[in-house]
Amino acid sequence: MFKILKYSFFDLVRSSWSYVYFFFYLLLGTTLLFLNNNLSTAVITLMNVIIMLVPLIGTIFGVMYYYNSREFTELLLAQPVKRSSIFLGQYLGVAISLSLSLVIGLGLPFVAYGLFKSPAIWDFVMLLITGLFLTLIFSALAFNIALSNENKIKGFGFAILMWLFLAVIYDGLFLLSLVYFQEYPLDKFSLVATMFNPIDLSRILILLKLDISALLSYTGAVFKEFFGTPVGAFASLGMLVVWVILPLFRISRVVRRKDF
Amino acid sequence: MVSIKDLHKKYGSQVVLNGLDLEIKEKGIIAVLGPNGSGKTTLIKSILGMVVPEKGEIELNGKSILHKWNYRQGLDYLPQIANFPGNLRVEELITMIKDLRNKTARDQQLIDFFGLHPYLDKKLNKLSGGTRQKVNLLLCFMFDSPLIILDEPTSGLDPVSLLRLRELIRTEKERGKTILITSHIMNFVEEMADRIVFLLDGKIYFDGTVSELKTSTGQFDFEHAIAHLLSEEHV
Repeated sequence: MFKILKYSFFDLVRSSWSYVYFFFYLLLGTTLLFLNNNLSTAVITLMNVIIMLVPLIGTIFGVMYYYNSREFTELLLAQPVKRSSIFLGQYLGVAISLSLSLVIGLGLPFVAYGLFKSPAIWDFVMLLITGLFLTLIFSALAFNIALSNENKIKGFGFAILMWLFLAVIYDGLFLLSLVYFQEYPLDKFSLVATMFNPIDLSRILILLKLDISALLSYTGAVFKEFFGTPVGAFASLGMLVVWVILPLFRISRVVRRKDF
Repeated sequence: MVSIKDLHKKYGSQVVLNGLDLEIKEKGIIAVLGPNGSGKTTLIKSILGMVVPEKGEIELNGKSILHKWNYRQGLDYLPQIANFPGNLRVEELITMIKDLRNKTARDQQLIDFFGLHPYLDKKLNKLSGGTRQKVNLLLCFMFDSPLIILDEPTSGLDPVSLLRLRELIRTEKERGKTILITSHIMNFVEEMADRIVFLLDGKIYFDGTVSELKTSTGQFDFEHAIAHLLSEEHV
């Protein structure tokens, strides 16, 4: 698997897309720092961008890489390599190169601005950790979609829909249900509903870390009560890990039965 | 060497292999023929483990190969369409495959043989179809495995390279290998093959030597004999 990972990674590092992604984050980080003139507020602004963009880029990149590397895959399938190693290796290649672009692209301007002397460093680290999780989760989901769809257009369509659903529509439905069932106690429901969407989960984690949960009013209090405790923090991080493992598990299962 | 029993495969509702049995014990060149869509490539890909059959058993040297991957170490394959990752150079591709196989390779000898020296630092998507096929052949033959599977090895080759290829396949045969070939070039098959396996509707319709095929169909010409096989079916 590590050999496949190595070649996928080198292949990606050489492609111009990784650089586009890297420079985009570099530019984003620098601009936000100049506009906000303050590390903590830049982190908050950045959170809003990252929560939406990292999943989108992970999704598109994952689908694109899978379809573009079909030839490579075919070549590998005839070699004495385990099937699941081929796909998990390729997946890790994508996820790691995206993660590197994110960490270095955002890290450089923040470090240059004096991150290490600032109290906001842990907020920033939290932001990066959730960014990394979102990258891992959404590129795994994208690989799943691409594996199940031979047709590229369909695959891209489903992948974008998946992103749209988790990033926008889910919240809409969530809100609607809160309004509709407002007579009932909804604390548990909203906690659970948050757990089932990695984007919401990441957002809550960062907001709580930034200690601006007052913005979330009553629900915020409930959330803080749960996510603020060690149990809650572990539960939510564990949930993010589950969100990574489940799609990977499906990849290795689908791949075993698939014809090429 | 290769033993296939009651192999079934369908794609959706389309049945491609329908209870195919094939036993290959001998060394030499076995040609798998059949009209388009008769299941030649599916059969080959099943042996390679790229296609997972619904039913049936495939054994290589007495061991089942379904859902295994290590056995491919003793197997060389030439794909029908030479698809390579485009942004790699020829040399990098060779190094990569060697690295994956972890086996001694005779790549230099074959680079000389196919005259690939001027292309080694070219990117694979910049190569012409014929050159790409030569790279394909090189990757296939460089490991010296006892079983070689060639899917349309002649496609895109110029006459000189075609002669080279025949020469190479003959030497490999003399070195005691089992070579499985599919091809649509009938005189190539007639000249090279020790045994003909003719597939039709996912089953073996004829299995024997070229001369047996000629006598059984009453034709003197190989191409006509094959055509006769097909017309028999339709009558």
